[in-house]
Amino acid sequence: MIYKIWMSVVKEFLLLKRDLGGLIILFIMPLVLVITVTLIQDSTFKAVTDSKIQILIVDNDKGSVSKTVFENLEKSNLFTVVTQIDNKPITEEIAKENVHKGKFQLAIVIPENLSSDLQAKIDQNVEKIVSSLGLTDSTATAEPQRIIKEKEVKLYFDPAVQMSFKNAVMSSIDKMISQIETKSIYKTFENQLGVETANFEQKSFISFKEIIPTINNKEVRPNSTQHNVPAWTLFAIFFIVIPLSINIVKEKSQGTFVRLRTNPVSNLVVIIGKTITYSIICMIQFYMMVAVAVFLFPSIGLPSLNIEGHLLMMSIVALFSGFAAIGFGILLGTVASTQEQSAPFGATSVIILAAVGGVWVPVFAMPKIMQFIAKSSPMNWGLEAFYDVLLRSVSFLEIIPEISLLFLFFIITTSIALFYDKKKRAV
Amino acid sequence: MQSIIQIESLSKKYKNAEMYSLNNVSLNINEGQIFGLLGPNGAGKTTLISMLCGLVKPTSGHFTIDGLDYQHHASKIKKIIGVVPQEYALYPTLTARENLHYFGSMYGLKGSDLKDKVIEALDLLGLLKFADKQVQTFSGGMKRRVNLIAGILHKPKVLFLDEPTVGVDVHSKTAIIDYLKVLNQNGTTIIYTSHHLAEAEDFCTQIAILDQGQIYAQDTPSALIEATKDARNLEDVFISLTGKALRDDI
Repeated sequence: MIYKIWMSVVKEFLLLKRDLGGLIILFIMPLVLVITVTLIQDSTFKAVTDSKIQILIVDNDKGSVSKTVFENLEKSNLFTVVTQIDNKPITEEIAKENVHKGKFQLAIVIPENLSSDLQAKIDQNVEKIVSSLGLTDSTATAEPQRIIKEKEVKLYFDPAVQMSFKNAVMSSIDKMISQIETKSIYKTFENQLGVETANFEQKSFISFKEIIPTINNKEVRPNSTQHNVPAWTLFAIFFIVIPLSINIVKEKSQGTFVRLRTNPVSNLVVIIGKTITYSIICMIQFYMMVAVAVFLFPSIGLPSLNIEGHLLMMSIVALFSGFAAIGFGILLGTVASTQEQSAPFGATSVIILAAVGGVWVPVFAMPKIMQFIAKSSPMNWGLEAFYDVLLRSVSFLEIIPEISLLFLFFIITTSIALFYDKKKRAV
Repeated sequence: MQSIIQIESLSKKYKNAEMYSLNNVSLNINEGQIFGLLGPNGAGKTTLISMLCGLVKPTSGHFTIDGLDYQHHASKIKKIIGVVPQEYALYPTLTARENLHYFGSMYGLKGSDLKDKVIEALDLLGLLKFADKQVQTFSGGMKRRVNLIAGILHKPKVLFLDEPTVGVDVHSKTAIIDYLKVLNQNGTTIIYTSHHLAEAEDFCTQIAILDQGQIYAQDTPSALIEATKDARNLEDVFISLTGKALRDDI
């Protein structure tokens, strides 16, 4: 039996060696994928420092508020402020048109008299407070207060802009305006009460500090590579479903499968041969991706993958993820009658499993029902196990539940395939 | 001569089929025979061979090969039979040698024994100089010969051939038939289906003519010709028994 399995493995490798398309899918595409996605994701992470987003400002205020907005936007390193197009000042109409056409992602329209009206409104409010405290000159006659309408800072977004980007920009502008208002209030109090008596400390009292996890007294700061490489490695491993299912369908259509059924060899031997072959391929894929992330990424400006002390456990996760993918591929190849069925179904189902498993959108950000479904995706088990090892530095015991689920998935899918095949033979 | 295949009241009705593909067939095939199963399309030849090879389960009836039945001795039967299917059941991107090493190993052959048997068979069928070429580059006749070798490397006691010479040129056909005769002389019983009646007349020692799932006649080719009025050859016997109506079916 061992010799038959060995010969099956040799045969599978020979078949793969001569299948250029299959080799590209197995080895080149995952590398292209992981490099491309990490580059894109990393650029999003680094956008704050490297590539600035151009933002149109229509300044109808020309006062202190708009000046502060300008300064803060420039200081934020997120945006480059544009106030003219073709050497002409921008009107609200021009800004709207350019943003809606997608030439710019965002325009801010600062309304007329924003600074003076804000100051007037704050003056009125402060005056009210100060007089209610009896701190005003009692001989002064109270002037009737003019009515100041609320002001609106208009934001125009390119319709193609993602909701998350929109929310981030809106919240940062909101924060900026609040700061300006707070500063103005302090300033007005200072003026009303006299600088000597009221020298307010305007620095924020509450600040944030991210506590980075430490291992051996060394901070381990997760970067885009630490997030992307496991996710896309897993995605690539699961793409093995396509060549494997095609391989099985081909055997059926070529007649070699029928010949094997007349030989003194069980289907289990054939399946074990394929499992060993494709497990080796999964591991080669995994080590290639890790090698690229460790050695190539730094030379193309990406953070290197930190695998210090994790490689063995990562290899275990990769192997068990490979088993799950192989089980799925065997089942698909057994059930499908043609390559036209197996290839598109394989590709689509892997993409669905990846989406559901949290490769693109983190599971915690999904709706409740999807979070529940995500827990049943083998790609989610693999991803969680990778993150546990790489980002949470857990022990082997803690990944046992995830790798057990992956192995169980392999056993169940392979058993269904063997059972289905046996049932189908009983013509 | 001793009987090597004994078939008793064998029937097969496929799921959703209206008619039986094989209907109550009983047959004895003796050791050392070259047994031809002839019949028009849809007669039940491939169904019978598929059942004997363990690919299709009978609806009713029973058969043994060398005294063994599939229910209890599937693995033992598979070791003593060889199967040469009608389609080229080979891996196109593997070389002839790689294909034969693989299929030979599935019969338990290994090491120098396997290598020698592959070389010997390739040489006998004129393919040794193409041993390391991919099968997909071969002509139909060459593929047929490799297909044949894949089924006989382990020197089977019983060899099943489903139209082994279909679509090949005269030279390949002669090479295949000559090789099969040598195999038979060395003790292999051959069960063979074909539409080449002249080839069957020359090649087979015993013939059964099937139609509509039943055996219409069984004897040596010469006895069948003699027993049929005005028959000059096997084709006349065949037409006389099965008629001239077309047997197209889907």
